[in-house]
Amino acid sequence: MANSYYDPADLRKFGNITEWSEELGNRFFEYYGKVFEEGALSAREKSLIALAVAHVVKCPYCIDAYTKDGLQRGITKEEMMEAVHAGAAIESGATLVHGVQMMNKYNKLSM
Amino acid sequence: MLAESNKQLEVLNGGVFANGELPYFKDKIAKTGHFPLRPRKLEILQINVGYMCNQVCEHCHVDAGPDRKEIMTRETMSLCLDIVRTTGAHTLDLTGGAPEMNPDFRWFVEEAAKAGIKDFIVRSNLTIIRANKKYHDLPEFFKKHNVHVISSMPHYTRGKTDKQRGDGVFDKSIKALQELNAIGYGIPNSPLRLDLVYNPSGAFLPGDQAAMERDFKKALKEDFKIDFHNLFAITNLPISRFLDYLIASGNYEDYMYALVEAYNPAAVENVMCTNTLSIGWDGWIYDCDFNQMLGLKVASKIQHIRDYNETVLNDRNIIISQHCYGCTAGAGSSCQGSVV
Ligand code: SF4
Ligand code: SF4
Repeated sequence: MANSYYDPADLRKFGNITEWSEELGNRFFEYYGKVFEEGALSAREKSLIALAVAHVVKCPYCIDAYTKDGLQRGITKEEMMEAVHAGAAIESGATLVHGVQMMNKYNKLSM
Repeated sequence: MLAESNKQLEVLNGGVFANGELPYFKDKIAKTGHFPLRPRKLEILQINVGYMCNQVCEHCHVDAGPDRKEIMTRETMSLCLDIVRTTGAHTLDLTGGAPEMNPDFRWFVEEAAKAGIKDFIVRSNLTIIRANKKYHDLPEFFKKHNVHVISSMPHYTRGKTDKQRGDGVFDKSIKALQELNAIGYGIPNSPLRLDLVYNPSGAFLPGDQAAMERDFKKALKEDFKIDFHNLFAITNLPISRFLDYLIASGNYEDYMYALVEAYNPAAVENVMCTNTLSIGWDGWIYDCDFNQMLGLKVASKIQHIRDYNETVLNDRNIIISQHCYGCTAGAGSSCQGSVV
């Protein structure tokens, strides 16, 4: 057993999840593959979205995978960092917009 | 540097392959009946005309530079042309170093035309055109002899290009491309062929060739009004300096996993060693440029072009090792890009 929760080598074993639940696993990977094909959005655009989301959900595997994917697609580091900021802005905005709830509650409770 | 090829082959045969984590290339292709790998008809001669170069790129496979003395002689070039005449090979593909720096380069181009070569490729580093007065007229010379120019372009941004090939290389390359465009090279439908080669600047595989070509075309056109014909996306093979880099940066295993995972049986049919021979500056014969870098001469009684014999040479097994996975990953990779 690895002595830490995350082992980079585990990413290669991702496919093994089908072993314990074949149908669901296969359906997931099929869906996953489809999502990232060229469509109304280019595969390149989707790669950047995936990178931003990877940071928001803080998945180290996805961050490794989509940094590499971006490099393979010729995406520049500036583009990657902007995508991360887009994710971070939404995440902090989501926190801050709840400030309105706090203000509402505060006002309601105050004379 | 793992200079000696033996050491490189030891690495490629050991580790994750020796312990059974990953299959040997030989076993992988045997599954689809492709072992042993055999040559088909010779179509392309890839010739290294010498290690002299105006640049000294950090990751250069042959350690090329201005002081290298390994230069192909006119006699050896003549022997190459004899092969063209007897086999009907239709393409000559010149690499180096900077092929243009070989003192007999222009003679070779002129003679090749007489020998009936259809496609005469020069792998030009582009900066050579601006390097010295005596090379300024190269674009016109290329045009006169309908030379097919193929050039490396690590990226369409300055930073990435200069990081791989040296400061100032990007600007010089852009200038050279504009000059070539100005005389008709690379313009849509122009017979003067100008193609670019992209290879990843790091431990990752090239993306889809068509998508990369679209991005390169758009960026080079918008930023510099440059046209070119095709982009060849080439996978870095785990040999020479790139292998050193993979090991030093701790990326070797992951890279081999990525190559094996991307293995495409359809690409095996068309790996370039099946229709190409690679000739060293001193006339030795190799299955491909990569085997040349590994110092692996063809497994045949005939190993030098002065003894060339088509029948004997064609009856050989191609020497393979785990570096070959670089040729069969994804859409495959050859000196002319994807193969499927
Ligand atoms: S331009 Fe090519 S041959 Fe010359 S040093 Fe760079 S990689 Fe080597
Ligand atoms: S590395 Fe050379 S021998 Fe191996 S598959 Fe590629 S072209 Fe053929």
